[in-house]
Amino acid sequence: MVLRISASLARALWEHSEKEHPIEACGVIAGLAADRAPTRHIPMENSAHSPTFYEFESKALLALYRELDDRDEVPVVIYHSHTSTEAYPSRTDIAYAGEPEAHYVLLSTREEIASRSELRSFRIVDGVVTEEPVEIIGD
Amino acid sequence: MSSSGIEVRIPTILRPFTAGAKIVTGEGATLRDLIADLGKQFTGLEERIMENGALLRFINVYVNDEDVRFIGGLDLDLNAGDKVTILPAVAGGASK
Repeated sequence: MVLRISASLARALWEHSEKEHPIEACGVIAGLAADRAPTRHIPMENSAHSPTFYEFESKALLALYRELDDRDEVPVVIYHSHTSTEAYPSRTDIAYAGEPEAHYVLLSTREEIASRSELRSFRIVDGVVTEEPVEIIGD
Repeated sequence: MSSSGIEVRIPTILRPFTAGAKIVTGEGATLRDLIADLGKQFTGLEERIMENGALLRFINVYVNDEDVRFIGGLDLDLNAGDKVTILPAVAGGASK
C-alpha cells in the first residue's frame, strides 16, 4: 500500500503539529469509505495535553465517528506528532492502534532534525507495524 | 429484570467477531450483563472488550452518547431501547 496525500493536506498536518509543539498534535483525514482517498482534515483536541501521549477526547471521538458515518466517510488517516522522538510507532501507539484499515501517520517535530523532514505512514494490524511509502501529490 | 432489544454498534476492529455486522442486538439488566450476552452470541467478543472484570483501557463504551466511565461503568442499569456504541480509543504517543 501507498499513502497518496495532497501537498495541501500534508501542509495542514505540519501546521497543526507545529502549532501544538511541544504537545502532541492529533487528528484524522477523512475520506469516502468507497475509495478511501484522504480528503478532509479534521484536527482533534489532544485531551491528554501531553508531550508524550495523545488521546481524542471521548465525546469528541463519538461525535467524529457519528459524523463520518453520516457522510459515508472513514478515518483514512489517523495522525499524531512525536515532539522529541522519531516518527515511528511507539509501543503505546501499537497497543492502542484500533483501526486496522487506517494509515497511521506520524510526524516528528523534534528539534534535532530539519523542520518538516519526517512524515511517515504505517499500517498497524494485530500489533504488527508495516511502513508504507508516502506520495505527496499535486496541491 | 433483563432488558431486551438493546442495539449495540460494533466498530470495524471487532466486526470479525460479529460476522461483519455493524449493529447487533443484545440483552441485559446492566452493561456487564449485556456484554456477557454479546459474548455468548459472538465467541471471543467479550475478551476484546473486558479483562479481569473491567473495561479495557483502549475501548470506549457509550450508552445513549455518554461514556460509561463517567456514568456508572459496567454496573450501569440498562433499559429497553438504550443505544450502546463501542469504539476503540484513538490514542497513543511517544511515552513508552
